[in-house]
Order: sequence, then C-alpha cells, then structure tokens
Amino acid sequence: MSNQSLHVSISAEPIFRIFGLEISNSIFTSLIVSFLLIVFAIFFRSKFKNTDKPSSLQNFVEMIVEALYNFVYSITENTKKTLLFFPVISTFFIFIILNNYIGLLPGVGSILTKEAEAQTEITQVASDQEILEAVAEEEEIVESAVHGEPIHAKMVPVFRAATADLNTTLALAIVSVMLTQIFGISHLGFSYFKKFIDFSNPVNFFVGILETVLEFAKIVSFAFRLFGNIFAGEVLLVVMTYLISIAVPAPFYALELFVGFIQALVFSMLSLIFFNLATKSHHEEDHAVAESK
Amino acid sequence: MQDLAIALTMALGAFAPAISIGILVSKALESIGRNPEASNKIQTSMILGMAFAEAIAIYALVVALIIKFV
Repeated sequence: MSNQSLHVSISAEPIFRIFGLEISNSIFTSLIVSFLLIVFAIFFRSKFKNTDKPSSLQNFVEMIVEALYNFVYSITENTKKTLLFFPVISTFFIFIILNNYIGLLPGVGSILTKEAEAQTEITQVASDQEILEAVAEEEEIVESAVHGEPIHAKMVPVFRAATADLNTTLALAIVSVMLTQIFGISHLGFSYFKKFIDFSNPVNFFVGILETVLEFAKIVSFAFRLFGNIFAGEVLLVVMTYLISIAVPAPFYALELFVGFIQALVFSMLSLIFFNLATKSHHEEDHAVAESK
Repeated sequence: MQDLAIALTMALGAFAPAISIGILVSKALESIGRNPEASNKIQTSMILGMAFAEAIAIYALVVALIIKFV
C-alpha cells in the first residue's frame, strides 16, 4: 500500500446501477447534498417563529437569506425583479458552494469501492455497443472471463465533489442560460429575439449573429470555469498530499475554501447579471441614462 | 515530449490572463482612488472581470489536465 501511483480521473466513475441506469460517484454525492438541504429546509420551516428574539439557528439562516437578498437587490435595483430572481440565484449559490466544500471533507475521494461492472447479461445478440463496451473496460473482460471471481477489480472512490464532474457543471450552465431566455421572453415577449435577428442594419445583423454565438459560448464558459476551478483544486490537493503528506497541504486547503466560495459567488453573480440584462427593455435603459444625467 | 506539451500549454496559457488581471485591478484601484464613494460598485465589477479573465487560464489548465490524464 505504500507506493501507489496517483489515480486521478477526469470523468466520474459509475459505482452502481439502478434498472440499467448508471449512478456515478458524483451524482451520488450531489444527491446526498440535495437530500441534506431539503431535510434542513423542512426542519427549519417547522422551527420558524415570527418573533423578535430569534434562536441562534434562525438568526444564522436569516443572516444568510438577508445577505443573499441584499446581494441580488444591489444588482437589480428593483424589488419585483429581486423577488423573481432571488430563489434561483440563492439556490445556485448554496448548491454550488455546498458541493464545492463537500469535496474537501475527509473520506471524499479516499473511501474506495469496486467499480460497477459492464452489463454482460445480454449475451444472445451481442451488439456493437456491447462489444465496444467490453473492449473499452479491460478489467471487465478479466472479470467476466472468470465468472463470479473478480481477479483484478478497479477501485474507485465512493464520493466525489459533484462540481468536479463536467456533467453537473454543464447541467447548471444549461439551466442558467435557458432561464435567461425564459425570463427574457416572459418580460419582453417575442421581441426579445430582436436581439439576435436584427435586419435594420448590416452591422446590427452581424451583431445579432455574434450574440447568438455568445449565448452558446456562455454555456461552455460557465461549465468550464466551475469545473476547471474545482477539479484543478482537487488535483492540486491530491498531488500535494502525495508529495508531502504533513502540514504542507494545509495552505492549499485554505486556498480551496476561498476558491470554492469565489466560484459559487461568480456563477450566481454572472447568472444574475445575464438575467438582469435579458429582462431590461430598451425603454428602461433610456430612462436610466436620462435619470443619471 | 508529452510532458513538454503539458507544461507549455499551462505556462503559455496563463501568461495573457495574468497580464489582463493585472491591468484590470490596476484600473479598478485607480478609479477607487479617484472616487471612493463608488468603491462598492467598482469592486463588484472588478471581481466579475477577474472571473472572466481567470476562466481563460482555467481553459488552458483543463486542456493540460486532459493531456496528462486521458
């Protein structure tokens, strides 16, 4: 056990299967985080009292809610829009920051289990897919050759920070950009698409095409920013601990705490700014410009 | 040869974002010095700009990690 090489994998490995659907370790961890959040929310709601002397838990939660509300209000400057955007933005923030911090807990990444085997029950008509799958996972060939007797099982971590998996961050990015479109359409009607298709001017036409490309670039940028920061932090910690296991990884943990917070903040703030831009009609902009003069 | 590619990807990829973050923060500090009342708004925009610039360096890091581990 003393001279193990580094095992870092970019993609999350499946740890078990339910009805043929693969559950990977990052989905499992994010489900645990969601479950904890829902249980905490229900528990807190039952303890909530409308009083002038709140308990310490209520004080803490109120502090968080108030900080997030002021943060959203400081960018939108409009109570109706704040109430509309506040649940989504604070959910993004709390979900991302908890998922980032779960990756730092002891046990995440170090408790190992056997990887889920490829399905070998469908052997009658082995499609190309099955053959490719069997060839891709070399360990599985060894395992299925000696039926029921695993010679060399690949061990993978049970828990893994959900935001260190590109699937989660891509999903969050798609949700955020889809919400900008939905908010834009609900506020401005179908004239929201005038931003992308504008025939008044050749220059505006190209600006419209650029805006369309920019929407897709936003998805990629959101996903990779969050994924890169958290995954690179994980790799950094693994490498540091592998090199010198005593005391030196401590400042890197502090860096990871900071980076986790900043990335959650940046994701929420950017989403909020894009929501705000999408719902801002041109009349409001002219009013704002005229007022500030 | 692959190690050289990994190291160069990261080194060259971090060069431009570092300079751009330096310029950004220096301009932000300058404008805070000229107008200390607006420092909150300037700070928010500065952090936002830094996140965009840092994302470019993160893209380079992800490519380097992919070359190394995949």
